[in-house]
Amino acid sequence: MSATSIEPDSAAAGAAQPFLDEFARLAAERTTEPTRIAEMRRRAIEHFNAVGFPARDEEEWRFTNVAPIVRSSFRAESYETVGLGMEAIASSVFAGVAARLTFVDGRFAPTLSFVGDLPAGVFVGRLAEAIEAQREEVSEHLGAHRPGDGPGTHAFAALNAALFRDGACILLPRGARIEAPIHLVFVASGGTMSFPRNLIVLGVDAQATVVETYTGIGGAGGSSLTVPVTEIVTFADANLKHVKVQREEHDAFHVAAFELHQDRSSRVASHSISLGGGLVRNDLHAVLAGEGADCVLNGLYLVEGRQLVDNHMKVEHAAAHCDSHELYKGVLDGKSRAVFSGLIHVHPGAQKTDAKQSNRNLLLSGEAIANSNPQLEIYADDVKCTHGSTVGQLDEDAIFYLRSRGIGIEAARSLLTYAFASELVERIPVEPVRRALEEFLFSRLPGGEVVRQAV
Amino acid sequence: MIQIKNLHANVGGVEILHGVDLEIGAGEVHAIMGPNGSGKSTLARVLAGHDAYEVTEGQVLFDGKDLLDMDPEIRAREGVFMAFQYPVEIPGVSNTYFLKAALNAVRKHRGLPEIDAVDFLKLVREKMKLVQMDDGLLHRPVNEGFSGGEKKRNEIFHMAVLEPRFAVLDETDSGLDIDALRIVSEGVNLLRSPERSFLVITHYQRLLDYIVPDRVHVLVDGRIVRSGGKELALELEAKGYGWIEQEAALAQPVSA
Repeated sequence: MSATSIEPDSAAAGAAQPFLDEFARLAAERTTEPTRIAEMRRRAIEHFNAVGFPARDEEEWRFTNVAPIVRSSFRAESYETVGLGMEAIASSVFAGVAARLTFVDGRFAPTLSFVGDLPAGVFVGRLAEAIEAQREEVSEHLGAHRPGDGPGTHAFAALNAALFRDGACILLPRGARIEAPIHLVFVASGGTMSFPRNLIVLGVDAQATVVETYTGIGGAGGSSLTVPVTEIVTFADANLKHVKVQREEHDAFHVAAFELHQDRSSRVASHSISLGGGLVRNDLHAVLAGEGADCVLNGLYLVEGRQLVDNHMKVEHAAAHCDSHELYKGVLDGKSRAVFSGLIHVHPGAQKTDAKQSNRNLLLSGEAIANSNPQLEIYADDVKCTHGSTVGQLDEDAIFYLRSRGIGIEAARSLLTYAFASELVERIPVEPVRRALEEFLFSRLPGGEVVRQAV
Repeated sequence: MIQIKNLHANVGGVEILHGVDLEIGAGEVHAIMGPNGSGKSTLARVLAGHDAYEVTEGQVLFDGKDLLDMDPEIRAREGVFMAFQYPVEIPGVSNTYFLKAALNAVRKHRGLPEIDAVDFLKLVREKMKLVQMDDGLLHRPVNEGFSGGEKKRNEIFHMAVLEPRFAVLDETDSGLDIDALRIVSEGVNLLRSPERSFLVITHYQRLLDYIVPDRVHVLVDGRIVRSGGKELALELEAKGYGWIEQEAALAQPVSA
């Protein structure tokens, strides 16, 4: 973590140039943006320029080397926005949604999007449009909880604030309820960089389900870089179910932030599934700001080859009687790496906090590595906080037991791997997403047909 | 049906079985008794194919085929079953669905079509009655949260569904109260048939009151030192293992 300026070395300074160029291009395009937003962008790019990309000696990036991102070049233009057809997102989409907003390389793709009938006062649409319309919720909340500068803000968060073109904006007024999920699809084509920005605000007693899918279409352009930020504000008694599925190409870079600000007695259940990407970083920051707020943070990552997935969680209990339950599980094969850093911070006065955090890693190969670092910072005295982490292999006794009943060794291993992951798969509240993930597992695991039959 | 000839086996580099000879005919029930550490469970696990055990000498033939050459799952599909002394809990894997996958693996090996869902359910209902298994245990993950007695009943239930031709019961009586012991034994007795053989491994004679064996063998220090009829079990119960261990030691003056 670095609050002070770091003098970027010449290579890093060179790496920063394309991002600075993109900022200049955007500034020229966007002359009508509200002053507050323009100001946020300007401070963010200055912050980026000052801090540079994270270095390995920064505690928060100890296990995640961003040098491959710094070394790569990405183009800001998208070639695909106009021509892309439904087939590009066919494997990600599902029926029965209230709305689907698709963004290709950070740009809205109207032909791949639709918004159905929504309750009165609800806004589901482009963030750029909501900014232009000067919607009150946007001026109040955009960047308010995840700013583009200031202490602790790293280069990627700054770049998102400075460079986002668009993203989804979901605003529910008091009491509004949308039963069907709202689906946000982000497609990255090869070699591009994009900075999607999403804002979700649920008014008092509002209720919604949002699914974010990040996918890639590859292409000759090389690795893509996607740097999304999703800011979520839930007012009193609001209820949000959120699912993120990251299944980009295996060489993609994905550095995301998920910012959650919860008011009194609001409930959020978040499910983060990381399947794709070569380097994936998820920063999740939840602030339980009002009494009785409740958040459930589930995560599942399945990595192989040389994939790296890094989940950095920070849950702040800032008010009394709040619950946070985190369960992150990972299955690592090949030479993959997983990093889990989980901090629970209980503020003074946050009595009766009930915080649980658990990270479990299953290593399928001797060359995979998992680093797990749970931390507690507790400044209140009447709290219940537990944390734990495990890194282990498949249970040999269980494998033998299954084989002794006639199940082949491959299928036995797959069955136990599936069983390990299924605890989180089963919790996904959107059935088509859950089914798709099950199918993904059946197809990924050797002997998957036996697993399909046995679970 | 099963012929064990001069079987030597190591675990962790230490020889546990020093040459076991045993022949079990079709439809016969043989019991192996012996003091703790005599190698009873090692014999069971070697027969099931546990890879922690290394066979250094000898042979096991199952219907004339080399059993030791088969992977554990192939042995199971050929018709060998071991009821575990300590059945393993497998969270996340449903007892019923797992059993269906196992049965289909066995059926496929025997050239039979997959069993359909309705027939399987019928089969399961029928076999559950054998061991008076509670309906709820079907839908729970394999052995997870089962009591000791429920786990042992579940083993016999698995056996009933998979219909092996040779079953090894590894201390199935351990940890059972007398009612559970009776239920498990009755289940086994109902599965006795002229085509199915059993090897019942136990420390105590009481199990053999319920599952009456055709032959009883006493295993001491990795060798069968005495074989006899069911009355041998009663003799052991009355006199303990001490006298037979002494006899065995005298009979093997060269063993270190």
